[in-house]
Amino acid sequence: MTDSAEKKNAMTAGTISLRGLVRENVRTYAMYLVLAVLFIVFGIATKGLFLSPRNITDLINQTGYVAVLAIGMTCILIIQHIDLSVGYVAGFLGAVSATLMNRGWSLLAVLPTILVLGVLIGMYQGFLVSRVKVPAFVTTLAGQFIFRGLLLLVTAASGTIIVRDKSFRALANGFIPSIARMGGDGAHLLTLLIGLAGIVLVIVTQIRARRNRRKYLIRDISPAAFAVKLVFLTSLVALITWVLASYQGLPWTAVVIGIVLFGYNFILNKTPLGRNIYAIGGNKEAAELSGIRVERVTFIVFASMSMLAALAGIMFTSRLASATPAAGTGFELDAIASSYIGGVAVSGGVGKVTNTIIGALVIMSLTNGMNLLGVDISFQYIVKGVIFVLAVAFDVISRSK
Amino acid sequence: MNDAILEMRNISKSFPGVQALDGVEFSVRRAEIHCLVGENGAGKSTLMKILSGVHPYGSYEGAIIYEGQEVRFQTIADSEKAGIAIIYQELAQFPELSVYENIFVGHPIAKDGVINWNETINRAQQLLKRVRLDVNPSMPIKHLGVGKRQLIEIAKALSKDVRLLILDEPTAALNDDDSEHLLDLLRELKQQGVTSILISHRLREVVQIADTITVLRDGKTICTLDNGERQVTERDIIRHMVGREIENIYPPRSKAASEETVLDIRDWTVIDPQTGRQILTNINLHVNKGEIVGLAGLMGAGRTELSLSVFGNTPKYKLVSGQISLAGQPIDARHPGDAIAKGLAYVTEDRKRNGLILGQNIRFNLTIAALHKLVDGAVINENKETVEAGELKENMNIRAPSIWQYVRNLSGGNQQKTSVAKWLYAQPRMLILDEPTRGIDVGAKFEIYTLMNRLVEEGMSILMISSELLEVLGMSDRIYVMSEGTITGELPASEASEQKIMALATRTLEDSP
Repeated sequence: MTDSAEKKNAMTAGTISLRGLVRENVRTYAMYLVLAVLFIVFGIATKGLFLSPRNITDLINQTGYVAVLAIGMTCILIIQHIDLSVGYVAGFLGAVSATLMNRGWSLLAVLPTILVLGVLIGMYQGFLVSRVKVPAFVTTLAGQFIFRGLLLLVTAASGTIIVRDKSFRALANGFIPSIARMGGDGAHLLTLLIGLAGIVLVIVTQIRARRNRRKYLIRDISPAAFAVKLVFLTSLVALITWVLASYQGLPWTAVVIGIVLFGYNFILNKTPLGRNIYAIGGNKEAAELSGIRVERVTFIVFASMSMLAALAGIMFTSRLASATPAAGTGFELDAIASSYIGGVAVSGGVGKVTNTIIGALVIMSLTNGMNLLGVDISFQYIVKGVIFVLAVAFDVISRSK
Repeated sequence: MNDAILEMRNISKSFPGVQALDGVEFSVRRAEIHCLVGENGAGKSTLMKILSGVHPYGSYEGAIIYEGQEVRFQTIADSEKAGIAIIYQELAQFPELSVYENIFVGHPIAKDGVINWNETINRAQQLLKRVRLDVNPSMPIKHLGVGKRQLIEIAKALSKDVRLLILDEPTAALNDDDSEHLLDLLRELKQQGVTSILISHRLREVVQIADTITVLRDGKTICTLDNGERQVTERDIIRHMVGREIENIYPPRSKAASEETVLDIRDWTVIDPQTGRQILTNINLHVNKGEIVGLAGLMGAGRTELSLSVFGNTPKYKLVSGQISLAGQPIDARHPGDAIAKGLAYVTEDRKRNGLILGQNIRFNLTIAALHKLVDGAVINENKETVEAGELKENMNIRAPSIWQYVRNLSGGNQQKTSVAKWLYAQPRMLILDEPTRGIDVGAKFEIYTLMNRLVEEGMSILMISSELLEVLGMSDRIYVMSEGTITGELPASEASEQKIMALATRTLEDSP
């Protein structure tokens, strides 16, 4: 996760100390710190309830749809566009998925159908933005109206559509199967095994990456800093594993987030498409003259955004086990806020989906924690708005230095 | 020295990783024209930013004595209040607003919060007269050329009762007439008691206009030369700037070009799809293997438009007729990507605007036009990328601590080298260089010239667009001259001269046969 941050500082000789690592990554670490502070404050205020395995599991399930939207939104914001339609695209396609489920379709048929519908919507919006050059703000604001109208149409006959199918509900409420419980009613075994595999994976990939950097004489962090990083990462994975395993195990939501995150992180960092996305965000004209097909990339990014909105719609509908006429309201703001809190530059060209997930966790921890404390919804909006604008202000100030 | 209007004493300033200024001494007498010269990255702009309050007091060490008193500017507003005005290379203007609005933006003539437009226009007219600019003050400035806009900036400075005028490369983008006019104006202002500090790379101008010349190198003051009798020569300055004699600024080439045609442009006619105006008319041009062909002409002659339309930037240019071939193969480039795939590369004239991605590091910029070379399966091989970018950086002598340095933090010359290196990584057959040495210092220029020679000796072909006549004459094997969107002449280097080129460059469509 901090791989490329390290590389930015790396030179061709010597090593980077722990202090250097912290100094160069203030922006990223500040975000982790905010999340940690939120956990501690809410933990104390709720007398430990917020940190209970049950609530942490809940938090992950709640974060699911926002995290998925925010990953797509990060790409959109990197190329200096915006998508305001994601909330109602999610709401509309969520309602369509509920309708299809109730008509007796199986989940395995509904899932790809909805994702394809999402891609089609994204292609329509992407075509307007990239080819016709209608500003994204206008295209997607219009989309907000259109898909809100479609959502109302789909739910017009019955109002809220309740889905009874168990597999559909499990998507955002269920857990991976347990092979066995340790000691009868103890920890969730498969979760523990996955956690263990995760720890091994972290250690192996980190060491391999480090050996590679050695081989190519890239300046690396010092052994002490590397050790601290390894210990930190592995204990984090261990902690999360333990918390989840002591409740009902790894939620399916986490699996979905994990797959989407891995995929998008891979594309952004390892493939030419990802490079092109960053290049377009950094300087569109230079990108075009470097041979990058800006229109095509923009089109793809919009198509992928609406595909993720479709996925988020399914997750949200599954979470409530029903599609409501109001589903999707304000999702776009949570997604945009998560991206910005996660460090996407307001001027585009910079941002990481791994950090966006932390941003999404910050936003949803606020919601979850304040709900537990019984804070009135009106104050919740105000608090979220203030945190959002402070995060962006902090970002703008730290970048101008 | 009690006639000094300004003394900057022992000024030091560092940015993360760079010591930009190191104990600079800089003293300017009242009512003189003082030229500040030095290679890019020598610290000229930084020094002026300190003086104008862009870098506030406290962010640097040393003292500024202005009009006999120590000053501590916190903002540009502070220095403006003291009568110091700075005019930047990149003009900060409002293209849609009128001339008078641009002059008085920021300090409107107003009473009780209401702007007095009549008085504003009146005052604007007087100021325009003072800078000898004959334009309608109500005209939006987007219709004016860069030379006239420069004068409007000066009028704006005069409207604030400027006593010390700082100009950062004012003539870099001007043609000879406009430059001459601007320099005359500076002489006149000098008579009226205005002191000017001029940063310029055009040394010929410097020796003509300067009363005093201060040379900076690597953040230090190298010397201050008295030019009261116009006794300083360009050669003197260059020697101080680079710390060595440059025997010949245009290095010789050992190998002659072959007769084999690489780029062939035939009957190329292009219109602007938005206005329907014909931009390029019936252009015929070819470049041989191993040849450097110069493309000369005044600003607006259509040279950049020619390159961009050849390079496949189609939304801006609509092809009416014509064809291109590269090494015998016809190209139909609908996008720069197509042109690149066929072996064409275009280094833009404005590296910051459309050449580089400033917010990314050197490695990112070097490989972005040729990522296909690094792809294993679907994945970029970053280790290979690091090694190859590192080699290229060394090869091109891009001066930076590492390839992880952000391009934004490089000096102009090193940015330009990065911008060229990025295209070399793509291994083109044909390289179009648009103003390859604009705004870079003598040392970096020499490196670019040497590189161009090396490339053509290795068999590449170069089409070089340049507004500097000496550069065109010094580097080209053959020269085309453009004017008003068409080619008005072709000269072999042996027959070309400044006079001949200028005559062709100023020829209009009606004159040509």
